[in-house]
Amino acid sequence: MSEEIKIGVYVCHCGSNIADKVDCAAVAEFASKLPNVTVARDFQYMCADPGQELIRKDIKEQGINRVVVASCSPRMHEPTFRKVCESVGLNGYFFEMANIREHVSWCTEDREAATEKAKALVAAAVARVPLQEPLYERYADMNDRVLVIGGGIAGIEAALKVSGGNKEVVIVEKEPSIGGTMAKLDKTFPTLDCSACILTPKMVECAQRDNVKLYTYSEVEKVDGYVGNFTVTIRKKARSVDLDKCTGCGLCITKCPTKDIPHEWEENLTTRTAIFTPFPQAVPNKPVIDRENCRYFTTGKCGICAKVCPTDAVDFEQEDELVTEDFGAIIVATGFELFDPSVGPQWGFGKFDNVITSLQFERMVNASGPTKGKVLLKNGEEPKSIAILHCIGSRDENYHEYCSRFCCTAALKLAHLAKEKTNGDVYSFYIDMRTFGKGYEEFYNRIMSEGIHFIRGKGTEVVERKGQLLVRTEDTLLGKYREVPVDMVVLMAACQPGQDTEKLAQTLAIQRSADGFFLEAHPKLEPLKTATDGIFLCGACQGPKDIPDSVAQGAGAASEALSLISAGKVKISPIVARCDEDKCGGCMICINLCPYTAISYDEEKKVAVVNEAKCKGCGTCSGSCPTGAMTNTNFTDEQIMTQIEGVLAV
Amino acid sequence: MTKEFEPRIVGILCNWCSYAGADLAGISRIKYPPNVRIVRVMCSGRVDPSFVLKAFAEGADGVLVSGCHPVDCHYIEGNYKMWARKVMLETMLQQLGIEPERFRLTWVSANEGELFKQYVTEMVDAVKKLGPFQKPVNWMTELLEHERSLGTAVQEIAAGGGVGE
Amino acid sequence: MSDKKLKLGLYWAAGCGGCDVAVLDIDEKILDVAEVADIHFWPIAMDFKYKDVAAMDDGFLDVCFLNGAIRNSENKEVAELLRAKSKVLVALGTCACYGGVIGLANFCTREEILETAFKKTVSTDNPEGIIPQPVSEVDGCELHIPEVYEAVYKLDDFVNVDYYLPGCPPRAELIAKAIDAIVAGQLPEPGSVLLPAKTVCDECKREKKDRHVDEFKRPWELIPDEEKCLLDQGLVCMGPATRAGCGAACTNVNMPCRGCYGPAEGVIDQGAKAMSAVAVTAVSTNLAEMEKVISQVKDPAGTFYMYGLPNSLLRGRQMKEAK
Ligand code: SF4
Ligand code: SF4
Ligand code: FES
Repeated sequence: MSEEIKIGVYVCHCGSNIADKVDCAAVAEFASKLPNVTVARDFQYMCADPGQELIRKDIKEQGINRVVVASCSPRMHEPTFRKVCESVGLNGYFFEMANIREHVSWCTEDREAATEKAKALVAAAVARVPLQEPLYERYADMNDRVLVIGGGIAGIEAALKVSGGNKEVVIVEKEPSIGGTMAKLDKTFPTLDCSACILTPKMVECAQRDNVKLYTYSEVEKVDGYVGNFTVTIRKKARSVDLDKCTGCGLCITKCPTKDIPHEWEENLTTRTAIFTPFPQAVPNKPVIDRENCRYFTTGKCGICAKVCPTDAVDFEQEDELVTEDFGAIIVATGFELFDPSVGPQWGFGKFDNVITSLQFERMVNASGPTKGKVLLKNGEEPKSIAILHCIGSRDENYHEYCSRFCCTAALKLAHLAKEKTNGDVYSFYIDMRTFGKGYEEFYNRIMSEGIHFIRGKGTEVVERKGQLLVRTEDTLLGKYREVPVDMVVLMAACQPGQDTEKLAQTLAIQRSADGFFLEAHPKLEPLKTATDGIFLCGACQGPKDIPDSVAQGAGAASEALSLISAGKVKISPIVARCDEDKCGGCMICINLCPYTAISYDEEKKVAVVNEAKCKGCGTCSGSCPTGAMTNTNFTDEQIMTQIEGVLAV
Repeated sequence: MTKEFEPRIVGILCNWCSYAGADLAGISRIKYPPNVRIVRVMCSGRVDPSFVLKAFAEGADGVLVSGCHPVDCHYIEGNYKMWARKVMLETMLQQLGIEPERFRLTWVSANEGELFKQYVTEMVDAVKKLGPFQKPVNWMTELLEHERSLGTAVQEIAAGGGVGE
Repeated sequence: MSDKKLKLGLYWAAGCGGCDVAVLDIDEKILDVAEVADIHFWPIAMDFKYKDVAAMDDGFLDVCFLNGAIRNSENKEVAELLRAKSKVLVALGTCACYGGVIGLANFCTREEILETAFKKTVSTDNPEGIIPQPVSEVDGCELHIPEVYEAVYKLDDFVNVDYYLPGCPPRAELIAKAIDAIVAGQLPEPGSVLLPAKTVCDECKREKKDRHVDEFKRPWELIPDEEKCLLDQGLVCMGPATRAGCGAACTNVNMPCRGCYGPAEGVIDQGAKAMSAVAVTAVSTNLAEMEKVISQVKDPAGTFYMYGLPNSLLRGRQMKEAK
């Protein structure tokens, strides 16, 4: 009220990015005539030092007390300019941005129309900024424990790094053991070292470190709170084995009479018992009862495992248990799942015995796998020829448009192993060979010299003729349609988001991209963050990734989390809801609207009360507050309505 | 009548999906009609139906509200709340004589720049067909005449807002 | 005020007359009023002529209570006249403040209304289909009657209003209180509404709980639980969006609030706010289900703007300009 409003308007050229389509000088000239505007300038680059200095100078010398910058998206530089204001003592919320690049110059054909639109947006910002109030960042306490969801290589790496930074970390893994997909692999490209040899020590370390807690066979059920103060409910599914009592001797497994259950971990290439550990190096190396198939649970009779257990660890009465834990940061590392090739009948998966997936082949060649490392056809014979089909479900608009990245190199590895194990004919059907990583192209060259037949053409169909599998393709180098007879077909199935991705996205209130993977905050500059503060991503849950990339991201996410929690306090945006008690009629409409339970009802005063620490400032409550008592700071009714007036003023 | 009618449409977009989607359209240099002027809110859940009415009262020819796809709202379900309001608002607008094409609620995610263009284009085309939004017509003229006789700012009333105590 | 008696005026523009009756309802309090004030103009109670008012000096009346909306040229003319003659002008009742029930006429054009009133109703006997005109010839003479306007306006669309006392009608106690305040010279800032800032929900004793409605009902479809909030029982109640002052008169007798005391303090569009609040009580993640429930509110514009259409952002139905 008391002080006179003096607005400084700065129209940025962004080099030629804006100036090409918008007559910046005309916009500044237009702005200079708007009410309350003291200075209006146009300038080459507002975000660069000289531009920032211009604002500082005007604030100091001309007493500018409201700043409008017309440049790029506020999602880009709003924080930059807020800081500029603050550096010379002007509250950062006395600043407003007009987006004349993304929303004007870059998307408009006609220069005149663009200039007109830019004027409207500037007019709106100028109309709005006098109504803006000074707001202050707030600080809340920071819990310094970290939750890692998913115990594959990315999650393990993240957990070990956080733990190395002397912070407590909890891993929640939905399977009975940590290890993830990497644990199933035989060799890793391009070095061909044994996967288990490099992974197992890390798994064991997770179990041994004092500040790492494992919840296997568990899922995240609910997440409350906000950055620095998450309260997470974890469902520990009933394992039917008491982990404290069990020594992992495995006697129960040998005695279990139900032995014909498809072994999922072995990609159904063999069978397992009802009480089982997924694989010999499992961590924890303690069994779990598959209740759906256990005789005790299905018929009420049996209980042999309980009888033979020397430590009385089998507990049929065990129930799912819900535990809540508090964390400051959450790292999501839930990995991926393999595309199911039976979706496309053309590949014959599920129809022909000897059409298998890459992971099945991977298990086959593994010395501890179901065939003890032998490549075998269903009839027990060794195949004389093997076809490896790239891009099954990837780079295919019928399934996934994206490239799964690691499968080309993985296919090369499998080709090498196939050759090595069978010495038969190995064919590789590829569209393009994408060997992107360090040492991968060299690896490709090496495999090429091993006598593998490379056919540049997608394996489009697998058929059987007189008991012989045929792979059909268009060989694009020969320009010919070909049918290649083989004994076995390996499908390099796409990497796709896990089934629970959607549910987890909702639980965590994070977003997914069009391909279904979790969405990072910025594709280049914030690859590990999500749009929700305090929740980070790593590994293949964000998009297809190989092991080195997953490990790098795991470590990166750990560093994000450590840097966040090490700050000790969380900065909370001042954009929140505020309730004017004098106006609030206590109708309680808002209370149910808040997804974060930030609003409660004061029985005594009969008004709504906002917990600003929990509030995220979405403004949903104010959008439905019938009295106008609930306001959304920096987005008040008055501010928005004035802005609407403003955009229509031109 | 030298120039074609260029509607003015107010776009109220949520920060996390639709505003970002509109940003992406720009970043991808997707060109679309310049008729939509964007007002940013944090979530489509913030959109009070008064904002829509306000835009019409100020002479907008159309209003486009856009948020994240259901399930994707950055604040979990603000967009569902906007949907609820939208359902009722549509009937109300119809009762108030406003053609349905003039108001639309869409879902555009942060990676759907093309879709944003599509919605904008569709809406601009539809509104062009309808012609300019008739601001409070004939009877408002009485108010205008009165204001004129008093010599007070005609502008203000013509804008239609400014009701209150 | 000095020992001089207060000079009072009361007028009835486009309204039902209920507000005048409400003034009478202050009962014996009227005697107290008579002690401190002289009534100089009150057409419903005493015989005054236009020329009597015109003859007054400007600012002659200390206070004038004007009820009713502005529907025709006479309403406007008298309102302007009284404005000039009064030191303090109070808009009495919701019609004067916000357009009131009368304002629902803004869903129609003047022509539609005249057609209906003078031609279409069953009881109309008008074989020649005459619609009264502002100027007509009768027996060789020119007859002037007030011109019906295109729309209904609230009082402050034409004249400056000092205080607002909404209600349909305002409760007698509130009128008495306002007079007391005037006499005691304890009026708030000009432009204020002479009512508490809270809303009806604040005065309503019902227990609010679910805030989730899975079926909207009309009042005749159920006998509501007396203890529980009506909105929670699926009745569209305007209480959350309506200025307090009535003492929750309607909800006390098991009827939902219809919004007659107008918007809450500072609210620009009561109907939009009420609609927004009511709509979200039906929120679910099933869009189709939500649509079904919300469509059970049959006449949202009529419901939420029952008392304030001329005070809303759009002021009425938008009509295509006649070519
Ligand atoms: S703005 Fe309102 S609804 Fe949104 S988080 Fe804050 S209190 Fe909850
Ligand atoms: S019945 Fe109406 S006024 Fe009473 S609490 Fe419920 S919504 Fe509010
Ligand atoms: S944040 Fe986009 S609709 Fe809620």
